[in-house]
Amino acid sequence: MALFLRSTKLAARLTQGPTKCFSRNYADQMNFTFAAANQIFYANKNIKQVDVPSFSGSFGILPNHVPTLAVLRPGVVTVYEDEGTSKKIFVSSGTITVNEDSSVQVLAEEAHPVEDIDGSAARQVLQEAQSQLATASGDVAKAEAAIAVEVAEALVLAAGN
Amino acid sequence: MMMISKPTTMVVCLKGAAAGQQQNRNMATLKQISMRLKSVTNIQKITQSMKMVSAAKYARAERELRQARPYGEGVKAFYEKSGATEAVDDGNNNKLIVAITSDRGLCGAVHTNVAKTIRNELGAEAVESPQSKVFCVGDKSRALLQRLYAQNIAVVANEVGRKPPTFLDASKVANELIQLDFNSGKIVYNRFKTVVSYQTEEVPLLSAKTMLAAPKLQLYDSIDQGVMESYQEFTVAALLYYTMKESACSEQSSRMTAMDNASKNAAEMIGKLTLTFNRTRQAVITRELIEIISGAAALE
Repeated sequence: MALFLRSTKLAARLTQGPTKCFSRNYADQMNFTFAAANQIFYANKNIKQVDVPSFSGSFGILPNHVPTLAVLRPGVVTVYEDEGTSKKIFVSSGTITVNEDSSVQVLAEEAHPVEDIDGSAARQVLQEAQSQLATASGDVAKAEAAIAVEVAEALVLAAGN
Repeated sequence: MMMISKPTTMVVCLKGAAAGQQQNRNMATLKQISMRLKSVTNIQKITQSMKMVSAAKYARAERELRQARPYGEGVKAFYEKSGATEAVDDGNNNKLIVAITSDRGLCGAVHTNVAKTIRNELGAEAVESPQSKVFCVGDKSRALLQRLYAQNIAVVANEVGRKPPTFLDASKVANELIQLDFNSGKIVYNRFKTVVSYQTEEVPLLSAKTMLAAPKLQLYDSIDQGVMESYQEFTVAALLYYTMKESACSEQSSRMTAMDNASKNAAEMIGKLTLTFNRTRQAVITRELIEIISGAAALE
């Protein structure tokens, strides 16, 4: 009888195991929003990981990341979806917010999937931006041209990959 | 393309001095009625086509708004989750109110509602020395606020509303806005609910200092002044973009409803005028017949 009891206890523990595991999985979820002014990519979706370029260095965000704020640098955001697929999206500028409830907001000014970028057009943009930087006069114009060059360089780099 | 100007000269509008012709309704002649009928029919044609134009514009604005909603919610999420709402008191009492309207009228009460909210706000603070500044996006808000609160208007952005707002427009406004060096502020806009309803709401505008003083900010990692300033500047632009989209959508839907009502009213007027016209015509015919018959009878 005691043996039987013990075995049922064990069975109960066994059945408890996966549910516990499941509930922890649930807590590990990431409430991910990735939006740009031109398009919405993810709205409150659950994903595995996202790699973002920021001015304080590129970093990856997993569920339960420490809350932080960062500013996006022109570059490629890589999103690892739950199904194992990954998506690469080019962003120009914007913000990254990681909140304490594991929700992540990546807001970009403009974003496009990397496969949509035309490499030769990107190189042309870079050339134009560089010539503009060379001829720019005044601090504001120079800064603007420098930003254009930075974005164009990132574009060429993204298109090359 | 949006234009931003700082009002330096007062624009005074002189109404046309022509005194309206006194019309005697009871003695309306056939000619007068037919002229009125024609003008009302023309008005109806105009309102009907305006309705159709705004219906097309509304469809586009609504589609774009659906895109912008998660964007706006993403921006607001940090406000809510960090608890950053109260402005820190550092001697800088600059308050700023941004009115999101457009240049175009004939759209119900969308602009009036925004102006009314701001007017109440400004009226409540009375004669306190540091008065709120108002940033008018769209000529309509300026026109509505200029009579009483001309000294509060800091910047006016016009050429809004002809085309759907873009992020570039929002950045331009944000750029001007950041230069105003405000301590606390808000954006007053119309949030689109359904085709027939919208709600005038406000979202807070936070300065970088307020954000740094947010109660839960200690939880956030690796934040410095530079990151916070860039973050705040982008947040302002993104919020403006979102509110401009909401406002544009409310405006188009409201214009659609207003023009629909105008067309209905015009149709009603046309019906009444046609009736009067026919009656008067019949009366004229009857009178002429009587004249002829009595003239013929007198000759016999």
